[in-house]
Amino acid sequence: MELTELIVKSAVILVVFGLTLLIAMYSTWAERKVAAFIQDRSGPNRAGWGGMFQPLADAGKMFFKEDFIPAKANKWLFIIGPGIAMITALMTSAVIPFGNTFIWDGKAIPMLGVETNIGVLYVFGIVALGVYGIMIGGWASNNKFSLLGAIRAASQNISYEVAMGLSIIAILMMSGTLSLPEIVKQQHGGNWNIFYQPLGFIIFLVCAFAETNRTPFDLPECETELVGGYHTEYGSMKLGFYLFAEYINIFVSSAFMATLYFGGYNYPGMDWVYTQLTTALGPTAGHNIASLIGTAVLFIKALMFIFFFMWVRWTLPRFRYDQLMDLGWTKLIPLALFNILITGAGILLLKPWLTALLD
Amino acid sequence: MQLTNRAKQVSNKTMTFSESLYLPAIAKGLAITLKHFFKKKVTIQYPEVKRYLGPVFRGRHVLKRDEQGRERCTACGLCAVACPAEAISMVAEERKKGEEHLYREEKYAAVYEINMLRCIFCGLCEEACPKQAIYLRHDQFVPVFQERDQVIWGKEMLVEDMNNRYEREAWTKEEAHQIDRLKAEGKITSVPTRAIP
Repeated sequence: MELTELIVKSAVILVVFGLTLLIAMYSTWAERKVAAFIQDRSGPNRAGWGGMFQPLADAGKMFFKEDFIPAKANKWLFIIGPGIAMITALMTSAVIPFGNTFIWDGKAIPMLGVETNIGVLYVFGIVALGVYGIMIGGWASNNKFSLLGAIRAASQNISYEVAMGLSIIAILMMSGTLSLPEIVKQQHGGNWNIFYQPLGFIIFLVCAFAETNRTPFDLPECETELVGGYHTEYGSMKLGFYLFAEYINIFVSSAFMATLYFGGYNYPGMDWVYTQLTTALGPTAGHNIASLIGTAVLFIKALMFIFFFMWVRWTLPRFRYDQLMDLGWTKLIPLALFNILITGAGILLLKPWLTALLD
Repeated sequence: MQLTNRAKQVSNKTMTFSESLYLPAIAKGLAITLKHFFKKKVTIQYPEVKRYLGPVFRGRHVLKRDEQGRERCTACGLCAVACPAEAISMVAEERKKGEEHLYREEKYAAVYEINMLRCIFCGLCEEACPKQAIYLRHDQFVPVFQERDQVIWGKEMLVEDMNNRYEREAWTKEEAHQIDRLKAEGKITSVPTRAIP
């Protein structure tokens, strides 16, 4: 890897990292605002304009609280738990293409952290690792409620990962690749996967809620039954890390959904904008600005998904645990399998007919 | 017995497949919350905006003086007896010669203390007072405490300031009832406030 490429790559990684943290930080503010608005209140509005400094105040409070470790807890695992949750949450965004290529020094460098041809698998692997953070933290607390919360989280994540993987398979059948940039490129020109995979998208969305432990699937931290679930014994910034990891997960899964189903950085009329910009500003600057607009579009899509996550949280009550398992195993998995069948039939029968019709 | 027409027959039928996916019900719920998202907020931004409390609100206490500025309280202790929270305590003193312009009766409260953490603002002291000396103001709160020594209010906090007197439309129950009746009959629309019971 050459030096310029390395510099641009690290810049991209740092910007993505910073933006992820910033968005996760302001997600806490947005969550409280959305909750308040839905409940006819006005939410935090004292710290700065519209409560804009509220996340800073919250973080400051978290930092200055006593860093407490229970006497009978496994000290190292207790500390490692939130760390793993945070690391896995941050690692996922590495393979998401946040934009088209960026031309620097005559070289086109893709705007994503790691170029790999197995992006989808990577995301799944890291998301599956994420449950270790919760599991270890809950076990190390040496508390029945924490352990129950951790067990719930583990079984819930495993159950919904099956349906999630099956819903993705339909996408993979259509695109024929595991590479995320390739999947995004195939959605160019309004060919968004949502139009071909509405059922798959709904299954994926439900599973994303379950994977990020959000309402209506937030049973791991179910206050009414388990005090605080896996983070009952946590306080200070260790608790902050768990909560923060949840918001990062929300952002990443939002970006992932936008990438897989809503065309990633593609938007209607982007070719026209591209030609306008390149003729006006020259091939390099125009291309770069067009790429940045695409990035902004992807972020807008992701933010809309984050809003949807919050909207759902303040609408739906929590599922009962048997309902959760019932929905996962007896409804979503058969539906996902059915979706694969339909997609296969469509590719085999409908596509040749349609292409013949169009030719 | 049927009281309203809102009663619904309970149905325990098993859900159909589409119902058990919950999606239509979820969409309905989301529509409701989105409607509330854009509704006018009911919050009153408290320190900047204060809501109207009404003439019968029971706020902070005041020990009234009469028209000549003499304290009305005679330290009979009925308010302390009436107080369910035992928030009131006092020390009585006999009026000396030359203090007639300060105290209305021959006995007065040298010390009069209300513990504002104990007080439940029930207004029974006001009801019990035979001299119409203690009232709960309808227009002022007890402010938030910053220190522990701000909790017990002595006479310097309670006795009325003659330059900034507490004014009310009615000072007794009978008076208030009469005003209400006249207002209901349409004979008067407003009553001038006055400071003297």
